[in-house]
Amino acid sequence: MIDIQLLDSALDIKTCVDFVTTLETGGIDVFIGTVRNNTKGKKVLQLDFEAYDKMAISEMKKIAEQALQKWSLNKIAIHHRKGILKVGEIPVIIAVSSAHRAAAFEACRFIIDTLKQTVPIWKKEFFEDGEVWVSTTP
Amino acid sequence: MKVHILAFGIAKDLIGTGSTQIEMEKGKSIADLRQLLEKRFPELKKLGTYMIAQNSKYTNGNERIEAQDEIAIIPPVSGG
Repeated sequence: MIDIQLLDSALDIKTCVDFVTTLETGGIDVFIGTVRNNTKGKKVLQLDFEAYDKMAISEMKKIAEQALQKWSLNKIAIHHRKGILKVGEIPVIIAVSSAHRAAAFEACRFIIDTLKQTVPIWKKEFFEDGEVWVSTTP
Repeated sequence: MKVHILAFGIAKDLIGTGSTQIEMEKGKSIADLRQLLEKRFPELKKLGTYMIAQNSKYTNGNERIEAQDEIAIIPPVSGG
């Protein structure tokens, strides 16, 4: 029903989509987070993601369980990556499947929005003139 | 009793370590621990707002500290 991964290596979209695909599935919504090359116009060189591993996993699991309570879903995959990521790389993938598409759209949005508020993972931005921990979730 | 303290992100930078231990009397609360941490690591006050987790659960301050608790200083998160 739920697959939560916190990985040191590159994430794979097909793996997440394959996990959530079931015979009862009519729609799959996938959110892919990517490293943008700038923050408010300032050039970003790379990001470094740090995690409180066991709590990040338990909080992501909690969010997935909440989503299963709120919507009629088949399966959920939440994969998050740790470590240094370059521009264009993928720090997070969320895949949600359901019989009808509305639930998948809504649940996927809920999961990423909530992850950004509660999961103990932190990103540090590297600029040309130094590095800074991102302090708020936009 | 010994309490394990973990620090992450900017909190880790501010206190100079990701992992330490402190001694606490029995019967103290998370709120007491917060005060103790800020006394021992005054730089923590620069953080402004931060959460404290007890054994991987967010706390509200009223929880009692137990021996061997794993406490984490959780600055504002920025995953995803």
